[in-house]
Amino acid sequence: MSKYYLGIDLGSTTSKAVIINEQDEIIGRGITNTRANYSVAADIARMEAIYNARFFILKKNLANEIAAKPQYKKYLSDLESVFQYEQFKVRIDKLGDELLKTCYNYFDGERRQTMVDHLRIIRRAIKPKIKHQYIYQNLGAQNQFFRDIVSEKYNEEVSKFDISLFEPLMTIWDKSITAAENEVVQFDFESLIKEAMDLLKEKYDNLPEQSENIPIESERNFDAEMYLLKGEFNSVSESLRDRIDEVARLEFNIENMTGTGYGRALLPFPQDCIRSEILCHAFGAHAIFPNTRTVLDIGGQDTKAIQVDKYGLVTSFQMNDRCAAGCGRYLGYIADEMSISLNELGPLAMKAEKEVTICSTCTVFAGAELRELTNMGESRPDILGGLHKAIIMRAMSLIARSGGVFNEFTFTGGVARNQAVIKYLTQLVKANYGDNIIINIHTDSIFMGALGGAMFARRNINVDLPSAKKTTA
Amino acid sequence: MSNPKDAIKEKSMVIQKEMLANLFTELSTAKENGKKVVYTFVPGNLTELILALDMLPVYPEINALQSGMRKRSGSYIKDAEKLGFSEDVCTYVKCDIGMMLNGNIGPTGEKLPDPDLLLLSYTGCFTFLKWFENLERLYPGVEIAMLHTPYQEDGVITDDQINYMVKQLKEEVIPKMEKVAGKKLDYDRLEKMLGNAAKAEELWVKVLETAKHRPSPIDSYFAGVYYMGPLNTAFRGTEEAVSYYEELYKEVNERMEQNLCPVTPEGEMKEEKFRLVVEGPPNWTNFREFWKIFYDMGAVIVASTYTKVGGLYDQGFRHDPLKPLETLSRYCMGCYTNLNLPQRVDLIEHYIKEYKADGFLINSIKSCNSFSAGQLLMMREIEQRCEVPVGFIESDLVDPRYFSYANIKNRLESYFQMLEQRKIIMSQEEAHV
Repeated sequence: MSKYYLGIDLGSTTSKAVIINEQDEIIGRGITNTRANYSVAADIARMEAIYNARFFILKKNLANEIAAKPQYKKYLSDLESVFQYEQFKVRIDKLGDELLKTCYNYFDGERRQTMVDHLRIIRRAIKPKIKHQYIYQNLGAQNQFFRDIVSEKYNEEVSKFDISLFEPLMTIWDKSITAAENEVVQFDFESLIKEAMDLLKEKYDNLPEQSENIPIESERNFDAEMYLLKGEFNSVSESLRDRIDEVARLEFNIENMTGTGYGRALLPFPQDCIRSEILCHAFGAHAIFPNTRTVLDIGGQDTKAIQVDKYGLVTSFQMNDRCAAGCGRYLGYIADEMSISLNELGPLAMKAEKEVTICSTCTVFAGAELRELTNMGESRPDILGGLHKAIIMRAMSLIARSGGVFNEFTFTGGVARNQAVIKYLTQLVKANYGDNIIINIHTDSIFMGALGGAMFARRNINVDLPSAKKTTA
Repeated sequence: MSNPKDAIKEKSMVIQKEMLANLFTELSTAKENGKKVVYTFVPGNLTELILALDMLPVYPEINALQSGMRKRSGSYIKDAEKLGFSEDVCTYVKCDIGMMLNGNIGPTGEKLPDPDLLLLSYTGCFTFLKWFENLERLYPGVEIAMLHTPYQEDGVITDDQINYMVKQLKEEVIPKMEKVAGKKLDYDRLEKMLGNAAKAEELWVKVLETAKHRPSPIDSYFAGVYYMGPLNTAFRGTEEAVSYYEELYKEVNERMEQNLCPVTPEGEMKEEKFRLVVEGPPNWTNFREFWKIFYDMGAVIVASTYTKVGGLYDQGFRHDPLKPLETLSRYCMGCYTNLNLPQRVDLIEHYIKEYKADGFLINSIKSCNSFSAGQLLMMREIEQRCEVPVGFIESDLVDPRYFSYANIKNRLESYFQMLEQRKIIMSQEEAHV
């Protein structure tokens, strides 16, 4: 039987899980927002990674079919997206119950009835919308968290009502989402995938014969693959049924696991399975890019500059764990201040024609500076360019403290997804340490810590410390 | 502590406690008994001169660290800040000023006497100069003596520097001290005290060197700061200090012969897992918590630079009764913070090799420029020269606002795991070869 290894990185902003096989190959990834209840966040990330791993194995088993027939590929990617909706559906129902419960606790009489009526309208509207987006608009591929998706839809609906309802409805939301989010929902992969297959069948059965007949214009330019699949849906579906069943019933044997990240001490793991995120990030980065000597990790609430040797072992590190300026949260705060989403920050900053100088010593004051600069007529892209540069300048000083950049240089953490951050980092690293520095950034950069953890788990390098013995004895 | 063996171990502690209690009682009754009081600092102190003139020394930075350990420093610092001292001023200074504003009650609960003389014998720390300027304002009319200590810029102590210091001692410092004491310095007495100092220093070095043994019977940092007390403060040159170090060495030596690990506040360590060299003073406000992170992980500090602030005896210096003023001058110039950066790096390298350390750790103190300036450079140099994992944590002397337990624990845990992994991977690599 194949053996798998799990790494969980419980960060301050997101919780990540990675599953690897015996060849250190990533076969499953899971990510969710970190919430008040750490173990729920860890559980969700872990479950997601296991589901993701099952799909990975399924695709691997079907590699020949997928290569030969695009309709197989389409079926599987559709199935994965619908599968995600099936999980969300359960959570949306839970959230709906929670919203009503909160409403009953906080309001009474006529006011309660008004709220309940409106909540019903919201509920009726949200679910089909999300379902539609999952089935037709590939929402599953965007890797968004449940909280973000439902909150966007909820806000949309609330904005349609009278303004006087805004505050009470938002209060109900705030009180309900945390409870809904912190509840562990147990899913059964086998029955969930069956439901997903049925839903997919429903989709293709109801799909108009010609794409021109699709009612919404924007959805009309659907790929040819979809119609290729529609023609053969039943035969594809039937021929895959056994293979899917096989993977669904596969006993998933997690041989060993390691927990890391700032919340690692709170993970329900034995103490000898807990490891510092500094070591995990370095180990993960070094595994992907074996020539790595310097690692920069910009996470949500800390930044680390790490020096590693040829074995991937940390020789020294410097940390900014006291100040939000220079961490991912700095960008999150700025996005909030500008009322745009975190994902929009980078692309907007890429449009900068110059970088406005912004003081990077304090996140909150940078927000104030941003308003001031806007009033002075500076353009948003130029201000954002300056803000992105500021965060990198902070990181550069941390790198200098840790000893500088040695070839090769690997950048990890959630912030490594931001194009503008990469632009300024590349600029400044090359300017300070020379053009010959090779800069590595992996698409899985946010998972490096979890990957390192999983790799430690595979190597079964236990933490053999007296304190660990004391508590486990 | 019902175990009789434990009681024996702690005899030296009992002796030290008695010594300190007697000193503070003597200080509290100094004015009634007509004893003159000298405020002075630990690095480069002239304790033998003070004692030979029958005066009593008070060390403001020791009071500050004691206040830190007794959780009083936070409010003292706030009181000093109310007076206008900036956030960036050394917290020893602010704690001391705050303590004076609050009645100058010492660690034993007895009031400390006002100074008759402010004796600044070490100028390597610029803050000391400013500290006494402030004390002069708090005690108008107090006598002041200053001994200018040249910094070891070139890494050596030259004859010119010694002559310069001896001249200051002869012409300014000793006359001023004699004036305050109301008597002439008895050189025979001074020489006898310097002889006692050398004896205690010899024993202290023996104590420190037991840490070369595996396992080390002492923690040279967390326990070292207690052990160094008598020699660094009011007792150097006394018979009492000599007997204290005789007792201490006896105890430590016994522990070494029995292969025992250091004693911690929670009892004896069971296993020595990591041997470390530490640079920088400890944090005093959370001293116990800080220490616990180390002994819980099985980490023992086998050598530290902080325990050399009162003199680098392990590098051969001894007070020499035959050359009293010259030896005092050499002593002032030889304390750890008066070394230049290359000397400090050499010393640390020597410790790492001599004491077979697994790693090097810096506790960088926000308050203390004398220690902290240049530490990152030192760290990098050590990393390259010794190829041991290096760690860097940040805290403060006595300002509780700058001790973040979670951050420090997180960094130390990572550091210990670094050491652990290195051991495992290196042994695997060796096995492959």
